[in-house]
This record gives sequence, C-alpha cells and structure tokens, in this order.
Amino acid sequence: MADLSKQIQDQVLSARNAGTKLNIVAGGSKSFMGRAADPDASELNVADHSGIIDYHPVELVLTVRAGTTLKEIEATLAEQGQSLHFEPPRFGDQSTIGGTLACNLSGPARPWAGSVRDQVLGVKLINGKGEHLKFGGQVMKNVAGYDVSRLQAGAMGTLGVMTEISLKVMPQPAASLTLVREMAADQVIEYMNARAAEPKPLSAACWLDGRVYLRLSGAKSAVEATARQWEGEVLEEAEDFWQQLRDQQHGFFNRSEPLWRFSVGATAKQPPLDGAWLIDWAGAQRWYSGDAEKPRLQQWAREAGGQVSLFRGGNRDGEVMHHQPEVLAGLQKRLKSAFDPDGIFNPGRLYSWL
Amino acid sequence: MSEKPTISKAELAELFRGFIDPAFVIDDAETMKPYECDGMSMYCEMPLLVVLPETVSQVQDVMRTCARHKVPVVARGAGTGLSAGAMPHAEGIVLSLAKFNRILSIDPLARSARLQPGVRNLAISEAADRFGLYYGPDPSSQIACTIGGNVAENSGGVHCLKYGLTVHNLLSVELVTVDGELVTIGSDGLDCCGMDLMALMTGSEGLLGIVTEVQVKLLPKPEIAQVVMAGFDNVQQAGDAVGGIIAHGIIPGGLEMMDGHAIVAADDFAKAGYPRDAKALLLCEVDGTEEEVHEHIEQAEALFRKLGATSVRTSQSEEERALLWKGRKSAFPAVGRISPDYYCMDGTIPRSQLAHVLTEMEKMSEEFGLRVANVFHAGDGNLHPLILFDANVPGEFERTEAFGSKILELCVAVGGCITGEHGVGVEKIRQMAIQFNDDELAQFRDVKAAFDPDGILNPGKGVPTLRFCQEYRSLEHKQHDIHSNADSTHG
Ligand SMILES: Cc1cc2nc3c(=O)[nH]c(=O)nc-3n(C[C@H](O)[C@H](O)[C@H](O)COP(=O)(O)OP(=O)(O)OC[C@H]3O[C@@H](n4cnc5c(N)ncnc54)[C@H](O)[C@@H]3O)c2cc1C
Repeated sequence: MADLSKQIQDQVLSARNAGTKLNIVAGGSKSFMGRAADPDASELNVADHSGIIDYHPVELVLTVRAGTTLKEIEATLAEQGQSLHFEPPRFGDQSTIGGTLACNLSGPARPWAGSVRDQVLGVKLINGKGEHLKFGGQVMKNVAGYDVSRLQAGAMGTLGVMTEISLKVMPQPAASLTLVREMAADQVIEYMNARAAEPKPLSAACWLDGRVYLRLSGAKSAVEATARQWEGEVLEEAEDFWQQLRDQQHGFFNRSEPLWRFSVGATAKQPPLDGAWLIDWAGAQRWYSGDAEKPRLQQWAREAGGQVSLFRGGNRDGEVMHHQPEVLAGLQKRLKSAFDPDGIFNPGRLYSWL
Repeated sequence: MSEKPTISKAELAELFRGFIDPAFVIDDAETMKPYECDGMSMYCEMPLLVVLPETVSQVQDVMRTCARHKVPVVARGAGTGLSAGAMPHAEGIVLSLAKFNRILSIDPLARSARLQPGVRNLAISEAADRFGLYYGPDPSSQIACTIGGNVAENSGGVHCLKYGLTVHNLLSVELVTVDGELVTIGSDGLDCCGMDLMALMTGSEGLLGIVTEVQVKLLPKPEIAQVVMAGFDNVQQAGDAVGGIIAHGIIPGGLEMMDGHAIVAADDFAKAGYPRDAKALLLCEVDGTEEEVHEHIEQAEALFRKLGATSVRTSQSEEERALLWKGRKSAFPAVGRISPDYYCMDGTIPRSQLAHVLTEMEKMSEEFGLRVANVFHAGDGNLHPLILFDANVPGEFERTEAFGSKILELCVAVGGCITGEHGVGVEKIRQMAIQFNDDELAQFRDVKAAFDPDGILNPGKGVPTLRFCQEYRSLEHKQHDIHSNADSTHG
C-alpha cells in the first residue's frame, strides 16, 4: 500500500545503465501465460506498489496503483454498489489490475460490457528510458495524443512498467438470472448469436458439456420478462457457475492437455478437432483443450476470422501467440524500440523476437 | 517534416495520372478550393493537388509515390472535422476517400458490417435498420461525416455514455501504411494477440496510416426509448442531478445538458418547447426493453423532481422524443443564427467540476467581452462551449482563440483534458503542451516515427514539435510575467 514509483524508476534506470533486463512481476498469478520468462533477466517486483488513489463513485472513475489486487478493488467498488463490468478472471487473491491490463483479460460479460482495455481511461507508465509518463486521464473522453493507455492491453509489459491505471467502473445490475438448456455444439453458435441480436438484457452466453447458459442482467422487470419469453430452466446457484467460469476454476480448465484460446468471429462454425471445447462470449471466444498442433489450430483460427494463442501448458519456449504477418511484426518491433530502446522489459515474453 | 518534397507539382500530377483517372487528379485552384479547410474554416491552406483514388491499390500507389518523393499526405473524409485535422498542407496532397462509399457487407447474425472508409456514419444505421440493428456512435454530424473520419478522430456522440466511442465499436481496420503496404489490424474476433494496435490507430488523426476499410460492430435496436427533459434554476443543481441519476444505478442512453443561452437559441430554432426561463436543461434518454424503460423513467422523473427540477416532461411518442432531441442536435446551427460566427470548444472535465467550470467561464466571458453558450455531453463530462464572435471584426477571432485557450487550460487544471472527441489537429496543437510534458510529447513523436519515419502523414497536426513547445512555453511565461506585473500594479 505505498507509492514505490520512485524506487521502480531507479531500478529501471540502473538496469539501463548496467545493460541488464527486467521481468516485471506483480501478483505472479499469470506467470503461466505468454512465453517463458527470460532466465537471465532479473525480477522487478511491483506488487507492493499498490493502493487506491482516487475513487469517485458518482464519476464512475477509479484510479489505482497498478499493483493493487482485483480483490481489493472489487471490495471497494462493492461497498458503493459498483463493479468492474469486464469481470476480470482472478487466478488468485494476488491477481492485480496491472497484470490484468497487460494481459488484456476479461470475463464472461466481455461482449456486452466491453473488455478491460475498453474501460481504461488512462495510465502512468515508466518507459525503458526510466521516464515516468502520463497518458490519457481520469475522464470518460480524451482524444489528445495517441491512445498509449489502451496500447498496453495485451502488450504483456513489453512497452513499460505501468504504475497507475484509471478505469471506468459501472453500477452493479439490479437483478440477474441465468437460463440453461441442453443443446448440441453444432446448433449452439447460431442459437447464441440469434439471442444476442435481440434487444434483451443478455450479459453472458456460454456453452459447456452439452448445455447452453444465458445470463440476463439489468432492471428486475426486464430480466424477468425476458426469462419468460426465452426457453430454458432457471439455473440455481448461477453466481457460482459464472464465478467458476470467470476464474477458470471449472473442471474444464483442469485438464492435462494444453489449453488454447481462440478469439474468432462469433458465428464461425465449430471446427472438427478432437478434444474438449468450451464456447464463451456467444461464440467469439472458444477454449480448446487437446493435442492438435499449432499450425492446424492457427489455420482454423484464420478461417474463423480470428486468432489463437496457447493459453496454458504446452511448449512455452516456442511462439505462444498467433503468427504475426511481417508488416505487423515490423510495426510492433519499432513500437517496442520507441518505448524501450534497450529492450529492458520482459524480453521474449510476448514473442521470441520482441 | 524532415525534408522538402523532391518533385514539382506538374511532375507529381503526371505520375498520379498514370494510375488514377485523370479527372480525379485535381490541380486547378478553383476545383481545389472546397478542400482548403474542414469544418474548422478559420484555418485554411491550399494544397498542391487533390487526388480521389477509386481502389485500394491506387491508394497504395499514391502512398508509394508520396513516400518516394517525400510529399506530405493529408487524408480526407467528409471534411466535417472541427480541429482542422483535414486542412491541407501547402506542399502536399489531399487524399480524398470520397469514392470509397460502399457498404461492403452486413452480417446480421454476427452483428457486424464491413465498410469502405467514405461511408457516411448515418448510412450504416440506415442500412442495418432492416435487420433491427444500428451502429452506436452517433456524432451530431452523422449525416455527413464518414466512418474513416470517425476512426481517425475516435468520434463520439450522444449515446456514448452507454454504448461507447468509436474505439469501443470497431472490430478491424484495413490500413495502407506510409510505404504503401496493406495490413489488417484487429479481426472478426473481439480481442487480438499482442499490443492493441487498433486502439492506437483509433483517434490517430491520419498521422499513422490511411484507413481503407473498417469493420464495425452493430447493436440490436432497443425496443423503446424515451427522453425525460428537466429544467433547473441553476447549473449546480442540474450538474448534481446528472450525478444523482448515475449514482442511482441508471446509465442513460444519452444525458445532455444545455445552459440558458443554448436553451433559448435551440428553442427558437427547433420550437422544441424547452422551458425558456430555465438556467440549465437536462435531456435524459433511457432505452432498453419496455419493462426496463418504464421502470427507469419513473425513477428518473422522481429523482429530478427531488433534486430541484423546476419542470419535468417525458416524451410520450416517437415524434415527441424526436422533437426534444431536435433542439439539442441542432444546437450548433441554432447558435449560428444568433451570431455571425461561433467557435466550438471540446474540453472534458470530471463531472463534479461542472458548476465551477461554468462559473469560471462566465467570468472569462466578461473579461474577453465575448458571449458563450454551452451544450455538452453531461453524462461523460464533455463540454462544448460555443464562443460567439464576428470574424469580420478585426482581432475578434484572435480574442476568441485566446478565450478558448483559457477554457482548455481550465479543463486541464481541474483534472480534465483539452479534447474529448474533436481531436487536436492544428487547432489545439498549442494546448498539447498544457496537457503533456516534454517527455510525453517526445514519446508521442517516437510512436509516430515507428509508423512514419519521414513524417509524411498529416504533418503539423496532432503532436507539436519540440521547438514549437519550447516557443509556446516561453511565450506563456512572458505573458504570465506581464500579467502578474499588471496585477501587482493594480494590486
Ligand atoms: C455540426 C458538427 C457537429 C459535430 N458533432 C460531432 C459530435 O457530436 N461528435 C464528434 O465526435 N464529432 C463531431 N463533429 C466533428 C466531426 O464530424 C468528426 O470529427 C468526424 O469524425 C469527422 O469525419 P469526416 O469524415 O468529416 O473527417 P474529416 O474532417 O475529413 O477528417 C478528420 C480527420 O481524419 C483524417 N481522416 C479522414 N479519413 C481518413 C482515412 N480514411 N484514413 C486516415 N485518416 C483519415 C483526416 O486526415 C483528419 O485528420 C461535428 C462536426 C460538425 C461540423
């Protein structure tokens, strides 16, 4: 619970002077993601750089130090009847907001509530020259300068150490209810998307083990009226179900095979691949646990209009992210140099060549 | 811009005519005249040439040609921008995307549309209507402005509090880079691996690449929408009511405020039946399912009354809803009728600062001897002060600019920013040095160089050069000294 930005800045500067590399770590709950950390780099621990700096419920804006845990943030918001609408996965109590943004992780509500990147209003960042810079701000709309804040989403700390993050927060829905029914995988894609195209308070849509789950959230009257119009049983203990999905605690996530994440067109047909599937985000995010090889998975992801990444397990020394075409790889390399000219931060964590 | 172009106007035109229909390579002053400015007509410049390519590969060839000869390129959509972002460069070309006006496809099940960059914002919703879908961001200029321009400015609209800005409603963008490479960023999926280049491109004001295709998300049209109009005796109460609604857990589809001057001007223009004696007016639109809207409208009416509204009226039909909005949506032209010219500012502030900022602005208005009317996106704190002036009175625009600059400084001082949705362009380039320090501006320049090392794309816009900032700051310093000396003599 302290402002350690000065110390972090000093550590970056001395790494720069000494020509060494840094692995940025906060809660460490997502160390399984990305490529394996460079063993020659030293650890830059930012977990203690935490605490809520500013929170105005009426403004719907929260500003925190990047090492603040999701747990602390959510407890503070809940006192005011608000929440992080993007439902970030909590891989442990120590999961932080900085790690969540760096990995661009959002939960079941994402297609409707937006992602963590969508809710970011501003960041403070220490770049590879040790400069502490502020981008964006604490207001809802800001188009002055390039959107460096949202650029951090998915960059996995390769562009700098985030020290402060401002986010838009939202009121919790007044009511919530989940409908469940049996459905085969080949029907569910169309079914979920057709529901999503209706002007109803849908807030999550997922398919698992032959059943489709639709969550409705909003004004009580609207949620109840929609539940009467749509088919399906009301799910008991629905909160537990969504929490387990969100935090990847469901049995599906405990399989021994590698876990792949597809971010694809919501209406793409399910591919004929052996293994276990979980379909979330009304089809836009699909989890695959199985032994198929990356080239084949990448091929299907491309046909489905999206990308695939190796989320958990498997070979973490190879490329885990979707292949980047040459022009995009070139742009990302040049951006990396623009922020971190000496390549200090998280070498090789995102791509082998970055 | 590091270097001067290495080619003459005639040679360049000749090169372009080699691969673009010669009728669409414009080099005479008269035909080029309409391109000399965008919606910010106080800033004008004649370009070397205007080209209107018709295919993506022509756009690539334009970029290759210009990159080779170091010719500045200013992309242009509909030219409705309000920060002179599309103002031409005297030594460069205007690359108009006007011919790219086709809606390529709409996928009703996936709720997305593929568009060429010159498609008008409103045309998207019109085309999606038969599927019960629409495109969320709705700038007041939506009849004219293009999706390419919207991407370049990260445009917003009345419905942004609930449905987000352009950046929240895009799936992918096809881009021609400065050296003519074609690349797609984003995908049909919601997230991509690696750095978020989509976010970086959105709002980059034509400084990083030319957008040649855009894929947007579409939303299901709400079952119903109703608007509550509430009049207040003072802006403080109206401001508190905005907070009150949100604190209550209602996120309105739109939540707009007007001050006394704007109320009268808009009512004269639209005959919307606004309470003309009110000092502040709120328009609060609630949309969703029948049940939800019913529930929230009742709560909103009660809340406004409790928080001191002197009048509350709720639209009972689509016609009435349209009428209540008509006043707001035509506020700019309405103000245009009560003054020869107006200058629209675009700062954003934390909502809690609203009353303070409006009071300060009133004071400045007296100091500068210029009237100001206020309309704003109250829900997200985005102000649009309209400074009224007469361009024919010598020195009045300069005074207007100085007033505007003070407003933006105030916005930054209370924790806000210099532009919420109109962009920096040329117009706010000086104020960039108020919002950002030298290191931050240098970081922006490094980002730019990663895409455009020779500085060919829209030079002179968006991010000031280091020298510019230093000069501006020292000037500010001098003025400050003069002011404080004057203060002490008066003191
Ligand atoms: C009456 C009025 C009301 C307005 N209301 C709103 C409002 O409510 N909300 C809002 O956000 N804005 C508003 N605007 C501002 C303006 O309409 C928006 O900024 C709009 O997005 C500009 O679109 P355009 O096609 O006219 O772009 P232009 O003005 O032609 O260009 C704007 C910028 O985008 C760049 N650009 C254009 N096309 C491309 C492309 N294909 N690739 C790369 N760069 C490109 C240009 O170089 C320039 O920098 C309003 C303007 C007016 C005149």
